[in-house]
Amino acid sequence: MTIRRIALALAAPVGAFAFSVALSSLVLLAVGTSPMEAWLEMLSYGSRLETLVETGNRATQLYLAGIAVAIGFRMNLFNIGVEGQYGLAAILAASAGAAVDLPPVLHVALIMVVAMAVGATFAGVAGYLKVSRGVHEVISTIMLNAVALGLVGFFLRTWLLDETDTTLNMKTPEIPPSGRFPNLNGVVETFTREISRGRELWGFLLVAIVVGVLFHLFLSRTRAGYDLRATGLNPFAAEAAGVDPRATVVKAMLLSGAVAGLIGLPEILGHAHSYDLAFTRGLGFAGIAVALVGRTHPLGVGIAALLFGWLDSAAPILDVVGDTPREIVSILQGVVVLSAVVAFEVVSRIRRAAEARDAAEATRSSATTSGSPS
Amino acid sequence: MELAGITKRFPGVVANDRVDLRVADGEIHAVVGENGAGKSTLMKILYGMQSADEGRMLVGGSEVAFSSPAEAIDAGIGMVHQHFMLADNLTVLENVILGAEPTRRGIIDRRSARRNLDELGRSYGLDLHPDDLVETLEVGERQRVEIIKVLFRGAKVLILDEPTAVLVPQEVEELFRNLRELKSRGHTIIFIDHKLEEVLAIADTITVLRQGRTVATVEPGDVTAHELAELMVGSELPAPSTEPRTVDEHVTLSVRNLTVTGTDGRPAVDAVDLDVHRGEIIGVAGVEGNGQGELIEALLGLRPTSEGELLLDGESIADWPVRKRREAGIGYVPEDRHRRGLLLDAPLWENAMLGHQTQPPYAKGPWLDRSGAREATARIVADFDVRTPGIDTSARALSGGNQQKLVIGREMLAGPRMLVAAHPTRGIDVGAQAAVWEDLRAARRDGLAVLLVSADLEELIGLADRLVVMLRGRIVAELDPTTTTPRLLGGYMTGAVDEEASTS
Repeated sequence: MTIRRIALALAAPVGAFAFSVALSSLVLLAVGTSPMEAWLEMLSYGSRLETLVETGNRATQLYLAGIAVAIGFRMNLFNIGVEGQYGLAAILAASAGAAVDLPPVLHVALIMVVAMAVGATFAGVAGYLKVSRGVHEVISTIMLNAVALGLVGFFLRTWLLDETDTTLNMKTPEIPPSGRFPNLNGVVETFTREISRGRELWGFLLVAIVVGVLFHLFLSRTRAGYDLRATGLNPFAAEAAGVDPRATVVKAMLLSGAVAGLIGLPEILGHAHSYDLAFTRGLGFAGIAVALVGRTHPLGVGIAALLFGWLDSAAPILDVVGDTPREIVSILQGVVVLSAVVAFEVVSRIRRAAEARDAAEATRSSATTSGSPS
Repeated sequence: MELAGITKRFPGVVANDRVDLRVADGEIHAVVGENGAGKSTLMKILYGMQSADEGRMLVGGSEVAFSSPAEAIDAGIGMVHQHFMLADNLTVLENVILGAEPTRRGIIDRRSARRNLDELGRSYGLDLHPDDLVETLEVGERQRVEIIKVLFRGAKVLILDEPTAVLVPQEVEELFRNLRELKSRGHTIIFIDHKLEEVLAIADTITVLRQGRTVATVEPGDVTAHELAELMVGSELPAPSTEPRTVDEHVTLSVRNLTVTGTDGRPAVDAVDLDVHRGEIIGVAGVEGNGQGELIEALLGLRPTSEGELLLDGESIADWPVRKRREAGIGYVPEDRHRRGLLLDAPLWENAMLGHQTQPPYAKGPWLDRSGAREATARIVADFDVRTPGIDTSARALSGGNQQKLVIGREMLAGPRMLVAAHPTRGIDVGAQAAVWEDLRAARRDGLAVLLVSADLEELIGLADRLVVMLRGRIVAELDPTTTTPRLLGGYMTGAVDEEASTS
């Protein structure tokens, strides 16, 4: 039973990925390039230590984005607004961090709290609109993304601009060293060689892992997490069981937004030390894909984040070597999302049928044993 | 139509084992059997939703093999599902034509659709307003929409899955008149039922299934209900029977002048007064949609009350949220298990805690107590005879009867003061039905106040200490079950008795 379960659980993602590689290969063949060459190129570049460090960094951000989206998904809330929430949280948290001077650990903690509060507040607007005005969260969060984008641009050009900066790059003031997150290069290098070219494995990776563990504990071990899951599985039954549907919507949005607030911090605390024009955008939308491929499970989202992170990090080599367009990786990622969703559905149908069979069997066997003596 | 030697295997289980079913043209053919006897699988094969592994299917003398319901519909076979397949946000008319829209030059011809619908409704006596939104309809009305839908598609053979489960005797008689009408026009009807008296009253031929096999094909004149039941279960038929009264002086639930506004703005529950005593089962009878659902939702806090007072052991609970009421000891067996009672895709042990997740043994402070919950679930499964491979099985996999036993078990395990049970035996097999009745009687013995809403009048009369009848949101009669008959009860439910009384 358990072996069958594990095999089934693995069949879907592995099958989906294999299918995606095959389909992308066909695309490459169709445009007249060699898929084999492209994949081998990516594999060899992608297995270098520096690329793996890059993968870890990218995956850290994707994982936080994936978890933020997953919190909503678990109760059938589609927080499309992660994109806006993390952008706004990043610029405000970076500015707050630059404006104060605190002892090392406290300083980082303050920046994180500000980021989570901003993300939660902004997501909370969508939650409030949903329960008080019946506005669907997909609509409101999409609109709020535009609002966030506008606000970030406005802040960066006016109040939060670093006036002392002389380059053409617009940025917020620098966060002092006490508000930076140490890297993990030392830890990695004890196992491998020296990491070259100024690459760093951002220490925020540890925070992402803690967030994942907390997410898991919250969902599976707490009453509040149960209420949230129950609402997602069947809002009507949850309501009859005493769960306040409106409060749960708001709570889920606040939680989702709080995690979304953290997405930009690995980069800001570990590398940029300010919000500038080079700040990575688009992670909120990528998080939706990561959450879907990871089935909103804390571990699954982690694997999906690593996969997408690796693909993102290994793709640039295609620009340098050979004639394969690097966009093939985006196609690959898109196909992975679609085929994973289909594969999960197929597997869950198989699992349901198997369970129904087992249950029917249990009914029958106990019916014959309990029916005969009387 | 003839099915011969139909076998359907799922790995490990044979759902249908060489089943034979021979339905003559223009007859009413009943298929009876316990849940899990293979009725639904057989009907799914007949309707093209599943294909048989072995066996032949003949319709009108020629062999057929349907690979989808669409092909079955083309062959003139229609099905009225027990769980309705309607789009809530569309009107009756739109639901009826959905997928079979009459068009004129590519545009939906609503006028001819409406004319057709009116005609069908009139000739078969199926009373419906074409422009009502389906979400505003009661269960009984939804079923009528389903029947008309099938007729609209020109079905000659109608498969009805437990069509009488939601109807009162008068409505059942009307449905039977309709069925006879259909029959006289050459329609063939196959219907699945648990209620044997009804089967005997309407069917021309009865096929009994047990454990995936055809055990008998009989004519109603040749068997009694009792014999039929024995064929079905293979043992004695349980029946609801009253026990010595355990009713106490103490009033557990007191409802005073309760008024609840319905979705249409009119009072759905209208100035209702009701006392439920300790150790008493109050039976609420009424035609579906006369305020019983709203009364229950108001008791639980799922629907706001516009006026009146609710007292639980003397304490006013009208302003309490659902959770506080549940914690105070109001157990709830919902009318629709799938909608209100279960998390179908969650394991049994997570379903067992639903509604009690804030209290031991399911929780410790803000944390879930997983081992406590699992132990409690195992106890429910054992004590209430929930037949399942294990407590990690998802609720969806269980049969309706076993799901219901789990729901009742979890409510009883929590030690409630009051139990609100809506149609607790709807759609479950005879064996599970007996178990549910026994559970309700046990609850009564333990001093619970039980509010039982049911459409099964035998059940109400057999279990209740006192009966009240709801009509248009009001309590119009209070009856002693020992001196009441289903006929009399039905009369009050439709307002017929009241009118007679006022004219004489």
